[in-house]
Amino acid sequence: MTGLSSSVALVFITTFGASAVEAIEMVTIVLGVGAIRGWRSTLAGTGAGLLVLAASIVVLGLALSAIPINVLRLVVGTLLLVFGLQWYRKGIRRVAARGLAGIGEEHFEGSEHQGPGLDWTAFTLAFKGVVLEGLEIAIIVVSFGASARQLRTAVVGGAAALAAIALAGVALKGVVTSIPRSLLQLIVGTLLTTFGSFWALEGLGVEWPAGDGAILGLLALYALAAAAYVSVERRRLFGFAPGG
Amino acid sequence: MRRVAGWLAAFARFWYGFIVGDDWTVAATVTVALVVTLALRVAGWPAWWLTPLVVVAVVGVSLRRAGVRR
Repeated sequence: MTGLSSSVALVFITTFGASAVEAIEMVTIVLGVGAIRGWRSTLAGTGAGLLVLAASIVVLGLALSAIPINVLRLVVGTLLLVFGLQWYRKGIRRVAARGLAGIGEEHFEGSEHQGPGLDWTAFTLAFKGVVLEGLEIAIIVVSFGASARQLRTAVVGGAAALAAIALAGVALKGVVTSIPRSLLQLIVGTLLTTFGSFWALEGLGVEWPAGDGAILGLLALYALAAAAYVSVERRRLFGFAPGG
Repeated sequence: MRRVAGWLAAFARFWYGFIVGDDWTVAATVTVALVVTLALRVAGWPAWWLTPLVVVAVVGVSLRRAGVRR
């Protein structure tokens, strides 16, 4: 039977969610640059950025697959824990402050490139947007997939999120910027913190009560703490709790 | 040479932001919690409970500090 820590569904959901959080910003940048500066150079920059990301995933995947599982879970678990905590804290603060609001439109200065050849401004903006936002996706997807021994599922989850957000961005104007990214960030931050805690301690040789079932306990603990902290933050910001 | 140094600095900045972020005390506290957890395990005591409790507590402290700074 597949353990909870390497369950295909949980790996897919977590990597899909983590990728979606960054993909929202990535697609918003690309759409903003393309609309202002023109599509040819923007798409060229996007394609070059995606190639760099694909190469990073292959290299990281090969490197991590060669590391013994306990060492990998300690290192990756600690990494996912401290990174997950950043999203967890940001998610709590943003959900408390902005509720379910999306990220809003990106505004870029300038006008469409009319001359011959590549518009390097559009190329660079799109390339940097894709690589900077995507590098975090690549690290999370590969490290999560390698620790769960489900690298293929993790890559499929990440790629599916990227494709879904890109399609939504192209087909339905305004939809991507209205996705409640803060809530998504809080949910994924909670999942990354949960798995990070579980794997880091497993890597240290700690025995969890209930084995893999401890993941559900950790998830419940961090979700309840997040709900309580959102309520406290809202009271601090606005002087009332949700529904109050 | 200056270009390479710039790339290396950007690479270091990326990893600092990825691991430490905007509140270094969170990453430091989690690291200390993991070291103490290892010490408890080596001593033969139950160790699984410490890190989750520290995580919940340090997030509360970090949020409170951020709220005071605002």
